[in-house]
Amino acid sequence: MARRVKPPRGRSTRSGTALPETSLVFNVVAKDERTPGVFRFVIQAPQIARKARPGQFVILRLNEHGERIPLTIAHHDEVRGTLTLFVQAVGKTSIEMSRLKSGQGILDIAGPLGRPTEIERFGTVVLVGGGFGIAALWPIARELTAAGNRTIALLGARSKNLLLLQEEIQAASSEVRVATNDGSAGTRGLVTDLLEQVIREESPVHRVIAIGPVVMMKAVCELTRASSIPTRVSLNPIMIDGTGMCGACRVMVDGKMRFACVDGPEFDGHLVDFPGLENRLRGYLPEERKSREQFTRVEECRLEEATPPRS
Amino acid sequence: MEQPPKKGNKIPRQSAPERAPEERKRSFDEVSLGYSPAMAMLEASRCLQCKKPKCVLGCPVHVRIPEFIRQVAEGDFLDAARTIRETNALPAVTGRVCPQEDQCEKHCVIGIKGEPLAIGKLERFVADYEREAGAEDGMQPAPPTGKKIAIIGAGPAGLTAAGDLAALGHEVVIFEALHQAGGVLFYGIPEFRLPRNIIEMEIDRLKKRGVTIQLDYVIGKIKSLDELLTEDGFHAVFIATGAGLPYFLGIPGENLNGVYSANEFLTRVNLMHAWEFPEFDTPLHAHQAIAVIGGGNTALDAARTALRLPSARQVSIVYRRSSEEMPARHEEIRHAREEGVLFRFLERPVAILGENGWVKAVRCQKMQLGEPDASGRRRPLPIPGSEFDLAADAVVIALGSGSNPLIAQDAKDLETDPEGHIELSDADIQMTSKPGVFAGGDIVTGAATVISAMGAGKKAARGIHDYVMRST
Ligand SMILES: Cc1cc2nc3c(=O)[nH]c(=O)nc-3n(C[C@H](O)[C@H](O)[C@H](O)COP(=O)(O)OP(=O)(O)OC[C@H]3O[C@@H](n4cnc5c(N)ncnc54)[C@H](O)[C@@H]3O)c2cc1C
Ligand SMILES: Cc1cc2nc3c(=O)[nH]c(=O)nc-3n(C[C@H](O)[C@H](O)[C@H](O)COP(=O)(O)OP(=O)(O)OC[C@H]3O[C@@H](n4cnc5c(N)ncnc54)[C@H](O)[C@@H]3O)c2cc1C
Ligand code: SF4
Ligand code: SF4
Ligand code: FES
Repeated sequence: MARRVKPPRGRSTRSGTALPETSLVFNVVAKDERTPGVFRFVIQAPQIARKARPGQFVILRLNEHGERIPLTIAHHDEVRGTLTLFVQAVGKTSIEMSRLKSGQGILDIAGPLGRPTEIERFGTVVLVGGGFGIAALWPIARELTAAGNRTIALLGARSKNLLLLQEEIQAASSEVRVATNDGSAGTRGLVTDLLEQVIREESPVHRVIAIGPVVMMKAVCELTRASSIPTRVSLNPIMIDGTGMCGACRVMVDGKMRFACVDGPEFDGHLVDFPGLENRLRGYLPEERKSREQFTRVEECRLEEATPPRS
Repeated sequence: MEQPPKKGNKIPRQSAPERAPEERKRSFDEVSLGYSPAMAMLEASRCLQCKKPKCVLGCPVHVRIPEFIRQVAEGDFLDAARTIRETNALPAVTGRVCPQEDQCEKHCVIGIKGEPLAIGKLERFVADYEREAGAEDGMQPAPPTGKKIAIIGAGPAGLTAAGDLAALGHEVVIFEALHQAGGVLFYGIPEFRLPRNIIEMEIDRLKKRGVTIQLDYVIGKIKSLDELLTEDGFHAVFIATGAGLPYFLGIPGENLNGVYSANEFLTRVNLMHAWEFPEFDTPLHAHQAIAVIGGGNTALDAARTALRLPSARQVSIVYRRSSEEMPARHEEIRHAREEGVLFRFLERPVAILGENGWVKAVRCQKMQLGEPDASGRRRPLPIPGSEFDLAADAVVIALGSGSNPLIAQDAKDLETDPEGHIELSDADIQMTSKPGVFAGGDIVTGAATVISAMGAGKKAARGIHDYVMRST
């Protein structure tokens, strides 16, 4: 059957009639590439900035045709009314977002979503971050340190130039250690090597918070399980609405089905079914490749022919 | 006054034209086409204009059925629309999606001997006529009261309350979590049953009445109830956040790829346009054999939506009771059959089997009907040793949903039942335990119907009006 391509519908509530005055406008006020392929965005969203807490995320949609994607709030500035997000350009939407310029707008941002990180005086807290997970750790480190904890941040990356926010984390925590696969910064190896070391040196460690790729979080949990250190992980399953309606973000925790957007995104890492999560994150690979290929193809044509962009 | 030409049930019930199954099963265009004016007048002429109309008692919002039917019979279609709108804000919607056979039409007296009057179809006709004629509702809002009302959720309950409250002169702001207003009407019920332009028209109508709709606004997160009532100066709040948290079966294999809740499946298609991927960015796999679990409207919608995906070869509905017990609307069941959905009755899934992380089959068990249970329906009992595997590469679970947790999580002084539904302290006016806070629709009753949600919206609007006008 021939595919029907219809003009975009929906969103009549914003087209046609004049925008109601209270309509939220989400403008990009600053953007730069922090490490290769990871972009920092500062976005005007005063109402969300006012309520954001460490550990929370937003769901955004770039345009009428867009997918809704979740992104962690790495920083919020109540005074300026801005949110800072770090986006790793991995697929269609994140690549498209990485091409936004300062001054351009984002159609929809809903948030702050998810339950905030518990901020208490625990004692010694080890924060383990990898990839864009480091961005998520930044506000957590800041608040835990301010709450009187001794915070030890362990950051991992493949190579020095891929290490995100090192200075900021340094400023936000009591101590920082770095591991890179190639040894170009810190020690050569994995963050879990650093964690083993810290657990040996510091006793007791009262809590571990790990945010990063699933393999990393899983390895962290295996390590801390042996010494029964309470460990929180922030899960990133596929999401659509982010309000507990669709069930796409379900994960098994302690044998029970939980919804990461309303019950999480943080859970007790020792109870999370990581293989199940990994499997579900693989769910859309073929389609995402298709979407990305088509997008980059269109982009290339556009550059060659200088055709007007799709509205 | 002129009487309709012929009365009584000598004229057969007029059936509205429908798109042919072959044509419609691959298209998202509306299936039922609706009456022509002549057909509507003929059908309306069958009404006996009962002095004590039973039909009205069957309608949750008590639409003045005999009056509007008489107006249709006389050709006064726009007056008929006005009559309906006195009690029903969304007739084009209810005319299409109400389970009429269990409500108004169930009680119609001519249904005792013959076929009941097609009240729903007439309601739809009148609303469509009004819309196509571009008629204004002519509703003059009352002078401004200076009171501000916040409505949480733009589903049928919220939209109805907003319309009534705006007409009473209040300043109304609807806060909606998604990027689109409409609630289930938009993300759940598919286009071929309820065209989007109808919902959009109704939303525009509200905006013309001065209602503001604030999208992307998740109450409980960006604002708490208390902030709305204090900082933002709202005099009352109506919570109409609908159902949430889809139920799953609790059987092995539910986290395999290819298993969806009906909400996710329908949202991907209806709200996010996944069937137009990659024109739109949200994907849905090219599933071929889809098994839908359940027997309600949601299951039927999921199955008929699945059938319309270009990749679909076979769509089955697996339901543990028999066809008589199916809760879905009769018309939907008939449409699904005509379009080629396979019905598997008296079977229940016991496990979902996978391969490389993907669904491969549903292991089912055959059932037989035993004694009636508390609901009066015969209880399905498993037949030991009857397991078999139904090949499928997607499973859509349509077992209904629980309550949306966000608001109750945030407002500890709001009383909820053990399942998280908001409890009312005065059901006549939809008032909760928290002062100034009202609630209605699926968040109070659990998954119910569009018209009952609208009825709650109406009651709440009256309750809120009295409340804010009393307090100073
Ligand atoms: C609570 C939460 C917070 C997140 N915070 C951030 C953040 O701060 N910065 C950031 O860059 N990303 C974050 N993510 C992941 C981000 O949402 C995905 O990278 C994004 O949806 C990918 O969309 P895409 O269209 O660009 O890529 P796609 O084309 O959809 O996917 C490209 C690749 O990314 C993988 N992927 C898809 N969805 C996810 C996901 N939810 N999590 C991990 N991998 C995924 C796919 O399997 C695929 O390999 C977060 C996810 C969640 C659930
Ligand atoms: C697939 C499907 C088919 C159906 N078919 C029929 C049918 O044929 N006939 C029938 O009568 N009924 C049908 N129903 C049931 C009917 O749709 C519901 O009973 C009705 O929509 C409930 O209305 P509501 O206003 O309470 O909530 P909803 O329609 O669920 O709307 C609630 C709205 O609130 C928003 N919201 C939620 N939380 C928040 C928050 N914290 N802040 C802001 N906004 C929020 C949601 O995004 C949503 O837009 C069907 C339901 C489904 C799922
Ligand atoms: S609202 Fe529904 S129940 Fe009431 S008259 Fe109309 S179709 Fe019948
Ligand atoms: S019960 Fe039937 S015949 Fe009587 S008024 Fe109602 S619709 Fe007409
Ligand atoms: S994203 Fe839909 S329920 Fe969590």
